[in-house]
Amino acid sequence: MSGAFPAPYGGPPPYAGDVPVLRLGDVLLVSLQGDLHDGTAERLQQDISATVAHSGATGVIIDLSGVEIVDSFLGRVLGDIAAQTSLLAAGTVVAGMRPAVAITLVELGLTLPGLRTALSTEDALRLLDGSAPSLPRRGPARREGP
Amino acid sequence: MKRTADGISASLPIHSDLDLVWVRQHVRQAAAQLGFGLVEQTKLVTAASELARNTLVHGGGGLLECAPVSRGGARGLRLTFGDEGPGITDLDQALRDGYTSGEGLGMGLGGARRLVHEFAIDSRPGTGTTVTVTSWMPGAPRPREER
Ligand SMILES: Nc1ncnc2c1ncn2[C@@H]1O[C@H](COP(=O)(O)OP(=O)(O)O)[C@@H](O)[C@H]1O
Ligand SMILES: [Mg+2]
Repeated sequence: MSGAFPAPYGGPPPYAGDVPVLRLGDVLLVSLQGDLHDGTAERLQQDISATVAHSGATGVIIDLSGVEIVDSFLGRVLGDIAAQTSLLAAGTVVAGMRPAVAITLVELGLTLPGLRTALSTEDALRLLDGSAPSLPRRGPARREGP
Repeated sequence: MKRTADGISASLPIHSDLDLVWVRQHVRQAAAQLGFGLVEQTKLVTAASELARNTLVHGGGGLLECAPVSRGGARGLRLTFGDEGPGITDLDQALRDGYTSGEGLGMGLGGARRLVHEFAIDSRPGTGTTVTVTSWMPGAPRPREER
């Protein structure tokens, strides 16, 4: 096979970069988008563990609303993230899974032990506990003067 | 890779995890083009992802052949994953949920079988493995499509 691999469909190239891990107070927010390479998913797992370990985060939210399929490989990565973060005294919540993805996961037979799910990242924040930061509703958190 | 003008038929090589991404993209597009609904598309793409990864990881690489099929007015999509790897000696064991010879979850083969309408494995130890799956569009064909 040749090294150059043109996109055959003219669509967006598969997501190959690093997945950003954002910090919201004590919680890490990871938004997965599009189709992840296996390598990207594995790197994500390492990044999250490292970040939880040195930041002392108490929770991890993985936003799956941009993900079109979860197969047993990504399922295993998500389960491993949950297991590792729980060793580091943090909980993992998977948020925003699309209905078609959830239906398919059940039929595939994947149960994801240790993974809690929430409909949205806001619900996930609430799930993670009262210590979760309150997000500014719109714009920067600045008080409007009268 | 070879593709024909219908946007459905294709031969896709499976030799890297990037190829798995192309397989998922192509199966998604082919299923959408045939008119599969979102849930059926997602099931097919997920099954294809499992089987293509098996071709890559257990079979040492291979090929996906994707083709439209029709039977008695019903239309469907057929995916054939072929490799020339070590083959599977015990098919019942391989299909059992949770069985893996490697580091997987052991849910790929049995799970893929549940996600499609038809599923067949032809595997000979030392020669290779071919897994063929087909899913059909639900419901009867629309009247105006009948000739
Ligand atoms: N194409 C293949 N060639 C050889 N062995 C295979 C192939 N596909 C599946 N297998 C065997 O079947 C087992 C179960 O497959 P699967 O259910 O996908 O689980 P996993 O891939 O997680 O191990 C594999 O561990 C492997 O031993
Ligand atoms: Mg597998």
